[in-house]
Amino acid sequence: MNVTSSPAIFVEDLWFSYGSNSILEDVNITIPQGDFVSIVGPNGGGKTTLLKLMLGLLKPSRGLARIFGETPEQARRRIGYMPQHSQLDPDFPATVMDVALMGRLGHGRIFGPYSKRDKEIVANVLEQVGLRNFRKKSFAAISGGQRQRLFIARALACEPDILLLDEPTANLDVVMEGDLYELLQTLNNRLTIVMVSHDLGFVSRIVKSVICVKRKVLMHPTSEVTGAIINEIYGSPMRMIRHNGERDCNCQNS
Amino acid sequence: MSEFLNDLGHYVFLQNALLTGILASVACGIIGTYVVVRRISYIADGIAHTVLGGMGAALYLNRVYHWHGLIPLHGALVAALVAAVIIGLVSLRAKQREDTAISALWAIGMAAGIIFISRTPGYNEDLMGYLFGNILMVSTGDLWMLAGLDVLIVVAGLMFYNQFLAVCFDQEFAGLRGLRVEVFYLFLLGLAALTVVLLSTVVGIVMVVAMLTLPIGIAALFCRSLWGMMVISTILCAIFTTSGLAVSYGPDYPAGATTIILAGAAYLGALSVKWAISRS
Repeated sequence: MNVTSSPAIFVEDLWFSYGSNSILEDVNITIPQGDFVSIVGPNGGGKTTLLKLMLGLLKPSRGLARIFGETPEQARRRIGYMPQHSQLDPDFPATVMDVALMGRLGHGRIFGPYSKRDKEIVANVLEQVGLRNFRKKSFAAISGGQRQRLFIARALACEPDILLLDEPTANLDVVMEGDLYELLQTLNNRLTIVMVSHDLGFVSRIVKSVICVKRKVLMHPTSEVTGAIINEIYGSPMRMIRHNGERDCNCQNS
Repeated sequence: MSEFLNDLGHYVFLQNALLTGILASVACGIIGTYVVVRRISYIADGIAHTVLGGMGAALYLNRVYHWHGLIPLHGALVAALVAAVIIGLVSLRAKQREDTAISALWAIGMAAGIIFISRTPGYNEDLMGYLFGNILMVSTGDLWMLAGLDVLIVVAGLMFYNQFLAVCFDQEFAGLRGLRVEVFYLFLLGLAALTVVLLSTVVGIVMVVAMLTLPIGIAALFCRSLWGMMVISTILCAIFTTSGLAVSYGPDYPAGATTIILAGAAYLGALSVKWAISRS
């Protein structure tokens, strides 16, 4: 099948701005299937914007993004997305099961209850993230770490081929973070994973490539992410742009 | 209270009032729950007050231009649905100015209603009636109308429960799953508008606002799931309307206002209990 041989994500000549405020410039990246990529960069650098462009939640001012060779809208069924959970109402009256089942929307009937198969799939993904015994608990009553895992379960319930995660480790302590990365590493055996993260330390141990976003975007294999590059990412904007301009590192910039 | 129970067996108007309270509770419990969890009670209030403009315009056209087919209910329906669509689109497209748009519609709607009513010849005792309603003057036709509204809301609420839940909880994710979130959101606002209109012609605008928020506010303190909240708030709503009627009947207090005071007191009481539990 032609679609399966396409890269998981292909972004070409993509620009994005809010009004006259340029957020992303000239982005070109190719993420092969089975990759585990972390998107890093300073706050306001455009990490979440890049993720939302891949999802089709934002439209590029110029250029294109393709998921498995299709537009983001066409590929939506193959994408499991985990948003930053801080946007959601923590007191919402729903159980863990209710939230995870939302991942099954758009798979069958357009109205009516979820099918037995939907419930089996969701029970299975809750098991994978270790929340099976919490399925009847209230969303308001579970911890921050459990919520993060619940949102991963919801994304997995979509039966995706790629996971897009926006800061899955935000608000987690070190132990929970370790557990989460272990889970992601297991999932990477069968899924492509792209996640936004601030945390370079952990990232370099488990991810295969790093995308650096600060208006300009560069992709590196993790092995090449050195202290110098980290400095450049979080250093002054001028230096970052010069670095991009000179193309002085081995970027997978296609 | 005993006078109420005694007369209940004899007077149809009292039986109708009781039934109205219970039918209204079903609509308020379900729609109110969606409105509260989606945090749009302010939108429901805005729609409710815009309704006055439509009622006034319909009354004016009826009396001055002798459009006899037109009754205040028709004007209210048009005003509410137009307000729902305008507010809905503003809140979906231009988030930062949502409250301004709602306040503007709210104020303009009420002002227009008052001007129309002041220019309408005849005795216009109705204005207070539209604001506070009179549950003791409900006709059998009104009851059928409410029953119809309940059927519509229960059927839509059951059929699209999962979709409404997803749209209220996480609109962005629901959209990514291929749900037409704007359609569902406007549908929900439309149902809220319909509830507000039909109930405001029966029990008054202020009572609708109270019934769409107070019982649900109490249920929200203790419920874990959306459907649980709907059931509990429907029951609470029925208790408040019934007890409001019973308490106000003997001393001849306004029934709507009594119901609101009772529901408000219960809400404050429930908040205190919850606060005390969380501190202990």
